[in-house]
Amino acid sequence: MDNSTLRQRLEELTVNAVYPVNKQYTEIIIPAESYHEFCSLLKNSQDMLFDYLISLTAVDWKDHFMIVCHITSTIHRHTIIVKTQLSDYGDPVADTVSDIWRTAEFHEREVFDLFGIRFRHHPDMRRLFLEDDFGFPLRKDFTDESRMIVK
Amino acid sequence: MQEEIVKNVILGEEDDYVINMGPQHPSTHGVLRFEVSLQGETIKKVIPYCGYIHRGIEKMCERDTYPQIIHLTDRMDYLSAHINNEAVCLCVEKALEIEIPERVSYIRTILDELNRIASHQLWWCAMGMDMGALTTFFYGLRDREKILDIFEESFGSRLLHSFNTPGGLMHDVHPGFQKRIKEFISYFRRKLPEYDQLLTDNVIFKERSVGIGVLSREDAIQYGVTGPSGRASSFSCDVRKIEPYGVYDRVNFNEILRTEGDTMARYKVRISEMEESMKILEQLVDNIPAGDFTAKMKAVIRLPAGEFFQRVETARGELGVYIVSDGNKTPYRIKFRSPNFSNLFIISKLAIGFKIADLVAISGSLDLVIPDIDR
Repeated sequence: MDNSTLRQRLEELTVNAVYPVNKQYTEIIIPAESYHEFCSLLKNSQDMLFDYLISLTAVDWKDHFMIVCHITSTIHRHTIIVKTQLSDYGDPVADTVSDIWRTAEFHEREVFDLFGIRFRHHPDMRRLFLEDDFGFPLRKDFTDESRMIVK
Repeated sequence: MQEEIVKNVILGEEDDYVINMGPQHPSTHGVLRFEVSLQGETIKKVIPYCGYIHRGIEKMCERDTYPQIIHLTDRMDYLSAHINNEAVCLCVEKALEIEIPERVSYIRTILDELNRIASHQLWWCAMGMDMGALTTFFYGLRDREKILDIFEESFGSRLLHSFNTPGGLMHDVHPGFQKRIKEFISYFRRKLPEYDQLLTDNVIFKERSVGIGVLSREDAIQYGVTGPSGRASSFSCDVRKIEPYGVYDRVNFNEILRTEGDTMARYKVRISEMEESMKILEQLVDNIPAGDFTAKMKAVIRLPAGEFFQRVETARGELGVYIVSDGNKTPYRIKFRSPNFSNLFIISKLAIGFKIADLVAISGSLDLVIPDIDR
């Protein structure tokens, strides 16, 4: 499907979605409550079949976090960017999509490690790179005082 | 009390024998640790632990300007340094919507393929050495030296090039560039059959690789295993074909696909890819158009506010660069979807039920570069 037909199809499926302008791929912002349901719909609908998760990451926008997934279909060769906004900045929690795409399990562990975003129903929510008391370095308010040279 | 501790340390949860492979094990080619649970010699569970070489490249990028970021990407997958550089350059050029000269695209594609051959040569010699065939190490490095000499002559560095800049190249290539590549192709065409004679048809090597670590197509897609490892399981994932960049849409080459999905298939895909890369080089080397080596760029590069994504095919799989810009000269957030990160975790599924010695063969055939996992 090209971008315009894909967008039409998505508009039939969802109600509260927002479509930001993106020249390259179709982009969609989904409310956090329907994020998991929408993702499994993307994978299982026969005309879309988004079966390959390229990357899953997060962006810190200082008052909220945004989960960003790049997903493509190995059969239809169309790509979509799915985003969801996590409003609770103090204790961000999102639904896991690791039951839909296995690779998400490790991308989500990385996001947890670097942003401190927890994922509900994740099979193995441990840190991936850093030690347990390190803090969350990719947050914009992160400072590592123990390694700073104080002048 | 003491007995209890000893029991927990050695035997693990279910009375398995637990050993650590790494982080300083020679066959992991870097600082990666596998916690392997064994029953006898058979592997029951493999848990990879990474983070020993995590340098926070994504955080460092938030502080640096775009031309500076190029130098950090070298340090991720150091064997595909040129292709990593190109990924960021293409993403920045896409965001700025500038046309780069034809000459730049040709030279970049040629260097990509040279880099891919050099990387596969190093993989081949190291994999042979891991499995006990020391001769391969000398043969592989001997041939790789020829490519590194071309690199050194053209841009002064052998491993970490940083030759790409947003908009083009640092400087023009050496006058003898085309001649040296043609010399290399005719040399390596003679040497590649030796690789088959030495390792591919070797009985011991076959025994240790055929039917070992079989990866199905479904698992490859589910786990996001790309590159030669994915294509050995007939997962067609070559970004050069799907979303062509550079001049890949103008050259004829085959995407190598195999159906077996075992260690031998992953091995054979890489050997065939070296031939395909030479085919691409032959088509391009005589046709480099004259022109500038860089487009006109402003001294300070500011990306328009927005989000940009670029996929390229490195020697190990798909590299994705995701840049979020807020209009400043540094990115607001940058994410590298590195191929090795996704390729690593399949190992805890592939190795189950095989012998501990097969773990070396399987991790060798996945061709992991550890700094690319941790970033």
